[in-house]
Amino acid sequence: MTQEAVLDRAGAAPRRSSGWARFASLILADKKALVGLVILSLFVVAAVLGPVLSPYDPNAMDFDMIVGPSWTHPLGTDDLGRDLLSRLIVGTQISLFVGVSTVAIALVLGVGLGVLAGYLGGWVDHVIMRYIDLQWAFPNFIIAVYLVAVLGTGLVNVIVAISLAFVDDFARIARSMVLSIKEEQYIAAARTVGVSDFRIMWRHILPNATAPIIVQATVSVSYAILGEASLSFLGLGVEAATPTWGLILSESRSFISRAWWLGIFPGLAIMLTVLSINFLGDALRDFLDVREGRGI
Amino acid sequence: MTALLEIKDLVVEFSTPGGTIRAANAVSYDVNPGEIVAVVGESGSGKSVTALSILRLIPDPPGRVCGGEILFQGENLLQYNEEQIRQVRGRRIGMIFQEPMTSLNPVLSIGRQMTEAMRLHLGLTAAQADAKAIDLLKLVGISDPESRLKAYPHHLSGGMRQRVMIAMALSCDPPLIIADEPTTALDVTIQAQILELMKDLCRRLGVALVIITHNLGIVARYADRVNVMYAGRVVERGGAREIYRRPSHPYTIGLLNSVPRLDRPRGSPLDPIPGNPPDLTLLPSGCAFQPRCTHCTAHCAAEAPALLPLGQEHWSACFESEGLYGVAAK
Repeated sequence: MTQEAVLDRAGAAPRRSSGWARFASLILADKKALVGLVILSLFVVAAVLGPVLSPYDPNAMDFDMIVGPSWTHPLGTDDLGRDLLSRLIVGTQISLFVGVSTVAIALVLGVGLGVLAGYLGGWVDHVIMRYIDLQWAFPNFIIAVYLVAVLGTGLVNVIVAISLAFVDDFARIARSMVLSIKEEQYIAAARTVGVSDFRIMWRHILPNATAPIIVQATVSVSYAILGEASLSFLGLGVEAATPTWGLILSESRSFISRAWWLGIFPGLAIMLTVLSINFLGDALRDFLDVREGRGI
Repeated sequence: MTALLEIKDLVVEFSTPGGTIRAANAVSYDVNPGEIVAVVGESGSGKSVTALSILRLIPDPPGRVCGGEILFQGENLLQYNEEQIRQVRGRRIGMIFQEPMTSLNPVLSIGRQMTEAMRLHLGLTAAQADAKAIDLLKLVGISDPESRLKAYPHHLSGGMRQRVMIAMALSCDPPLIIADEPTTALDVTIQAQILELMKDLCRRLGVALVIITHNLGIVARYADRVNVMYAGRVVERGGAREIYRRPSHPYTIGLLNSVPRLDRPRGSPLDPIPGNPPDLTLLPSGCAFQPRCTHCTAHCAAEAPALLPLGQEHWSACFESEGLYGVAAK
């Protein structure tokens, strides 16, 4: 007893600070995460304050058509004389919203299906996974195009289509994680204290499966933003006048030899957003993994 | 005194690629309130399968309980539906596993895991459950319990984790705790501490304890009664002292002889049981122990001996028991 008491003191439990404080210290220690946070914050500010910040009306046309970056138009103008900076700032809102909301929907649906399939097994697993296999057989983008064709164009339909197309990725990852975790002894131990299947799935297994799901989510945000761009380019996305990054980018293709700024800046915006989300995703994964050597 | 737990003729089968095996073949034993009962046997003897059947945790398929009764406080647990058996798990029967390193969820705090059963079964609020968890951690001898609640399993040593598991098993004041090889994965010095703690707590709180083990030293020191199992059957039963003084089944005698002892000359060879543990798909007719038995007769191959009373509180399943009874182990 006394010996154990001594051991106890040697490995005294770490004093855990609150979650936010810990997250903040983790971000400050991790340069990549800090960069990601700063960039993403700028985009979020742009998304929230878009109309206030933009120097011009994003849809106001002018005779200064296809003019390169200058003091009056910092990022230049497009073929209809619309200010590119204004269009990008206003477009931030839609692009971020599409990226985040599609992934949120796909994550909830996919993880839900995957956990059910992996945990329950048997015919539930068969039914769900055969559907997922079917979806897996087609490229995500083809599925999104098909769904938009069925549902019709428009922002909401684009979000629904892209998120449904991503469901299979999440379902597969969640299922494979659940299959290995459900054999762990701590799951058997949870069952011996009378925890219901539902609680075991969501409260005991899922927290152990977060790391790969978060990685998939951050990657998917970038694909979702690009997916919206691709759909818009094909005329299957949002209405032509709506300033979204993808649409601006695809419209720029016709002028690529004359107006480099029309392609570079929307592309840069997409790239920076995707990069910052990936950096933050890494930090979030480390934060949620309690096992990673913080502590003793 | 009526028994708290009574297992009657339990049969559990598993279908394997090699054929159906009977992991428990008409197992019967009982546990009285507040008593410490040991179930001893080598790997594959059916001791863990029997224990898991009590909480209906046999994976089905491939396993299946095909016969017998498990009476707990007078009710047959085998007839309970899923909802009813969940009310028994943790609330009326606690369970402690072999591997404390893997029995706690690595991503949930100790407090979350400890309070879950109490909130589930006793309907306590978060604050009440935390307070009770702190009391329980004190009870099992863990220092600084308040901060331990926020710790994660990887912050604790093996011995401390097993203490936490004991605290969790005790959390809803169950009348019975089943400990499946609770100390096998621990250092020898910690083993003694954990067993001492479990015995002490059970005595103090009046909780009955079933210890499943292959360690006869544990039996001698901590159990009131012993059930020796071999190939899915109970082959000998009795008071712990009685079994040690007068083992009457050749298997029990063999087990006792194969333990190193301080009162024999140093360097003398151990006396193992010849042969290998039985292959449950290929059990011989008659007594399952007969191929390894030094007392085997023609009778043993023809018929399986039943577990019959031998003396005061002593049963043995061997035709030769009468002759062995009273002859002390070497």
